[in-house]
Amino acid sequence: MNRHLISAADLTRDDALLILDTADELARVSDRPIKKLPTLRGRTVVNLFFEDSTRTRISFEAAAKRLSADVINFSAKGSSVAKGESLKDTALTLEAMGADAVVIRHSASGAPQRLAGWVRGTVVNAGDGAHEHPTQALLDAFTIRRKFGRSSGPAPEGRLPGSRPSGGTALDGLRVTIVGDVLHSRVARSNAWLLTTLGAEVTLVAPPTLLPVAVGTWPCSVSYDLDAALPKSDVVMMLRVQQERMTDAYFPSVREYSRRYGLDAARMAQLPEQAIVMHPGPMNRGVEIAAEVADSARSTIVEQVTNGVSVRMAVLYLLLGGAEAQS
Amino acid sequence: MHAVDPARGDPGAPAGKVVFEPDEIRRALTRIAHEILERTDGAADVVLLGIPTRGVPLARRLADRIEQVEGRPVPHGSLDITMYRDDLRLRPARALGRTDVPPGGIDGMVVVLVDDVLYSGRSVRAALDALNDLGRPRAVQLAVLIDRGHRELPVRPDYIGKNLPTSKQEVVRVLLAEVDGEDAVILGRAAARPERGRPDGPREPAGSDT
Repeated sequence: MNRHLISAADLTRDDALLILDTADELARVSDRPIKKLPTLRGRTVVNLFFEDSTRTRISFEAAAKRLSADVINFSAKGSSVAKGESLKDTALTLEAMGADAVVIRHSASGAPQRLAGWVRGTVVNAGDGAHEHPTQALLDAFTIRRKFGRSSGPAPEGRLPGSRPSGGTALDGLRVTIVGDVLHSRVARSNAWLLTTLGAEVTLVAPPTLLPVAVGTWPCSVSYDLDAALPKSDVVMMLRVQQERMTDAYFPSVREYSRRYGLDAARMAQLPEQAIVMHPGPMNRGVEIAAEVADSARSTIVEQVTNGVSVRMAVLYLLLGGAEAQS
Repeated sequence: MHAVDPARGDPGAPAGKVVFEPDEIRRALTRIAHEILERTDGAADVVLLGIPTRGVPLARRLADRIEQVEGRPVPHGSLDITMYRDDLRLRPARALGRTDVPPGGIDGMVVVLVDDVLYSGRSVRAALDALNDLGRPRAVQLAVLIDRGHRELPVRPDYIGKNLPTSKQEVVRVLLAEVDGEDAVILGRAAARPERGRPDGPREPAGSDT
């Protein structure tokens, strides 16, 4: 894979498996008394956040710090961006400060791609508009793999402890249903591509008004009926209703949306026994997901946050840890 | 990302001269096991940690031999040093090996690091740094199957299977049944760059020149 991580669609199956296997090993560091590795000592990672974010920014910061990188946090509020500085000028300023990697969150789709053309360092997309959020998709894939016992966990019986880890398998045959506001969701797009690359069968369920026009070009099937999809799902991923991005009336009322597309306890009961419920956060409890579902044993919402640090460590290590690519 | 998967390294036909036969490897490991027992008063608080890839099966073989003599199991595991190497920036990012510390931990124990080939000593330095993040052993010792010389750091092994004088142009390959299907140590000429043509790929090459 290339020097940047802009889109989950750029990842080959081997790239994705390498990231997930690496994250499996790095997750074990979190269980140690000293949760730190010296690998990125002396390298600088800039978190460039033009949009509000709690978990993604903190997660990237924790990941970079566990690898001993220096972290500079930049948020648009209180910076020269508020005075009208352009993305390009901001990027060049960071470049002049010696940033080896820029982790960017921006409300404009394509901003990370532009940035990658302006800076010498590595660019990691931490969410751009309604386009992509590749590390979220990677941590979701990581969580699914662990939940279904496909990660490179303890070496199988008969294998040597510590010999090359067996390497986890992909997600072949797992049925993933992504439900809700697909139109505004970068998480849905990144997951649709990545999970399909890894062999899962992805189904989108949403009201017709909340599906993008070009959804036909996505590598997944589409349904409008949540109750029909649930019994055939190993994974249900609930999306946040992004009211802050809604400039139009996409559904009659929150209550009606919740009744048709929200996951409550009765709907959860239709899921197969082993199925899990995911949500990228932040949740609108009572809208797309009922509180009792979010707090149930099937919910992986807290694990997703924990896994995010390991996956982002893996991405930063693989992009920054070795020699610079020749391209 | 250009990470290199060592499992994809092509073993090919090992070219070169066999300098250590399976029987000799067996006898050397038995001797090292006895030396460990003597030096550590019965290996009561010993933990054997192999450095992936081939240090790990060697550590297990040593643990088996000590168990045969003493009649009780010896904790053994693996210590991946990838994230601690000093040459990370010289090559594309590598896939990681597994660190498996036995449940008892290493605090207060005598850790015996086990590796296949001792060369520059840089792997051992990385291993000492990695150990430092895992706990505080009472002492650290080093066992290697082959010592080929050319140290670049002040590192000295405590237990040596065989001293093998080499030139820097030569490549030492250790093959072990658990990984390679057979036991042998092969001395060959480096074809082009020393990274190439190693059966285990660049991450932790067989006969690791590290």
